[in-house]
Amino acid sequence: MPTTKDTREARGRLIFGDLWEFDPAPETADPKLKPRYDLFIGGKFVRPKTGKYFDSINPGNERKLAEIALAGPSDVDAAYRAAAAAFKGWSVLPGRERGKYLFRIARLLQDRAREFAVAETLDGGKPIKESRDFDVPMAAAHFFYHAGWADKLEYVAPGRTVAPLGVVGQVIPWNFPLLMLAWKLAPALAMGNCVVLKPAETTSITALKLAEILQDAGLPDGVVNFVTGAGETGAAVMGHPGAAKVAFTGSTEVGKAIMRQLAGTDRKMTMELGGKAANIVFDDAPIDQAVEGIVNGIFFNQGHVCCAGSRLLVQESVAARIVSKLKMRIRMLKVGDPLDKNTDLGAINSKAQLATIKRLVASGVREGATMYQPPCELPERGFYFPPTLFTNVTQSHRVAREEIFGPVLSILTFRTVDEAIEKANNTPYGLSAGVWTDKGSRILRMSTELKAGVVWANTFNRFDPSSPFGGYKESGFGREGGRQGLLDYASIK
Amino acid sequence: MSAKPAGRLPITKTPKVYIGGAFVRSESARTYKVSDSSGAFFANMPQCTRKDLRNAVEAAAKAGPGWAKRTPYNRAQILYRLAEMIEARSAELVASLVQFGAREADASKGMSVCVDRLIHYAGWADKYEQLIGSVNPVASAHFNFTVTEPMGIVGVIAPDTPPVVGLLSMIAPVIACGNTVVALASEKVPYPAILLGEMLATSDLPGGVVNILTGFRKELVPTFATHAHIRAIYAAAGDEDRKALRFGAAASVKRVRFVDRDIQWFSDSAQGLGAIRDFVELKTTWHPIGS
Repeated sequence: MPTTKDTREARGRLIFGDLWEFDPAPETADPKLKPRYDLFIGGKFVRPKTGKYFDSINPGNERKLAEIALAGPSDVDAAYRAAAAAFKGWSVLPGRERGKYLFRIARLLQDRAREFAVAETLDGGKPIKESRDFDVPMAAAHFFYHAGWADKLEYVAPGRTVAPLGVVGQVIPWNFPLLMLAWKLAPALAMGNCVVLKPAETTSITALKLAEILQDAGLPDGVVNFVTGAGETGAAVMGHPGAAKVAFTGSTEVGKAIMRQLAGTDRKMTMELGGKAANIVFDDAPIDQAVEGIVNGIFFNQGHVCCAGSRLLVQESVAARIVSKLKMRIRMLKVGDPLDKNTDLGAINSKAQLATIKRLVASGVREGATMYQPPCELPERGFYFPPTLFTNVTQSHRVAREEIFGPVLSILTFRTVDEAIEKANNTPYGLSAGVWTDKGSRILRMSTELKAGVVWANTFNRFDPSSPFGGYKESGFGREGGRQGLLDYASIK
Repeated sequence: MSAKPAGRLPITKTPKVYIGGAFVRSESARTYKVSDSSGAFFANMPQCTRKDLRNAVEAAAKAGPGWAKRTPYNRAQILYRLAEMIEARSAELVASLVQFGAREADASKGMSVCVDRLIHYAGWADKYEQLIGSVNPVASAHFNFTVTEPMGIVGVIAPDTPPVVGLLSMIAPVIACGNTVVALASEKVPYPAILLGEMLATSDLPGGVVNILTGFRKELVPTFATHAHIRAIYAAAGDEDRKALRFGAAASVKRVRFVDRDIQWFSDSAQGLGAIRDFVELKTTWHPIGS
């Protein structure tokens, strides 16, 4: 039988679509959840002074997982007082000793990795293969990396002396709950600061489970405090006069509000905000690798990634080929039960986020872009959204300008290198970018011209504790990771 | 204006601000009177407007890409050349500072500080990269490195005093790492900044890399804070201006840095790598290491 390209593609579709059904492969490790989680202040779990609790649900099936304490201003105040008291001892502890606590935390987290992965997936909706292979090991790696810095701080700022700042207030998002927590805690603690941290309201559980590890590690009481709640609790954490520095990861809109809130203070800030990254594919790129990179860039963690490659810029000459391969590729993505080990796209984190995604996708259709969604059955309960492509997108479309934070890719084309650069930089954001080409000099040219804090060349969505991460322009300021990130938690004398 | 020498009326200079490499009056044609320390009329200074500031930003934006692409070695030589210009004309600057009330010894010390500080930053231009950037040992088969990049346009708001050392100490690190500057000179003693502009113009610094405005802080601070193309602010400011700058900066998520309240301008502690680090972006690039 003659094999033309068309029949090969047709056969490929047949095989993946019909012949190879996957059996359910649920991860069954026990997440060891408590029915109710209190605040973690001064080394102990304490009931909130508000007396109130809110439900944390599993976005994969909308069932209640646990009750989480709602911290009010006086709880936040108690956390800051505990942290300030702990700072006296923690900041003068020899770096070697501080480091040992961080090493212990890393090890204890590795011990309980699978349990944490299941808890993370239940609470946040991400596929178990991601929480198991990425979130939890990377969180442990952050503690391990920064532990080693604690007794080497004199090398962080050449010619200057560094000292801890005091109590640091931190607010983190729901897309990588445990990992963001590790990004924030580890450098702050290594430098000798104490912390008051608020996890996102929909994903507090792994933070409170980590509190158990902090207890097991014997971390001195009050060095780390977790207060849980929604935006009002976050504003109280950011605005507390006891904070020497605040670090925020979240939306640009909230970041700006915090900057205004703190305008009258001399507080140091790190802002890790939104993004609308361009992923740029040139005609000489290794096409199949690029397609994998595009898929990883936008569908990793359901697209709930601030550095997601949400704007695909393809050179016109290969656009049709890439779009056709992409369509075929996303037909094979498995959307569904986050706990299933074969799942590629899990649940959208919350009902509110699902509504935001639907609203922006509707705007894309309304504004004239062409939508493609593969045939795919979504579970009846839970918050799910199919992988979505938009072609015929112009730069003025909302789907090309606004952060969707979902599995939605907008595809634009370009002809020349200069046009690619101009389109890529035509955004108020500047967090990350991707470049796919076989030409080394072009990679370096693009990397130089792209206004973004992280540039992935022939790869995408890579992270490492030693690699500084953070944005240009309205994506924020400050870095996390590496020597550079550590410095943002130091007072330099 | 200085006393009339017998027999000849001197030609006095019309102070003009330095924008885009040219000397111009305020677009508004507004001026404000400046007197010397004896209270005698000295000159009418341009009272720059928000529009002048926006024009200066435009000039800085035009000059920016070219300046950022100069080699660090070239930027170092241009800063060195600027030091040569100031050294050669320091008598004029000293005389001007004395005319506005500085003690001769202080003014003269100030000029030495200016020249030495420029040399300090000239030397930094091709060295900070190796201290701020890094190659990062990631736990995967990738080559990963972090380099610095200039942020773009930086708004500099100089202290009232010392007028020249303050302004120059703030401009030098910002341009050494490839940014362009829109600066507001001392409101009280603006004239020496005009002289400094003339020296910048005769160094090899391309027009538009440094733009110096004169005028009233109160009028210009809000635009410095909110202009979206100004990517960072470096200001010597009191509480009220600090708050206004921070508040306005939020709309475009601008980096804001203030000069320490207890800064010793004439001391070596007022210079160093920190001021460069504050005005660079860090970019991390990943590439797979393949077969």
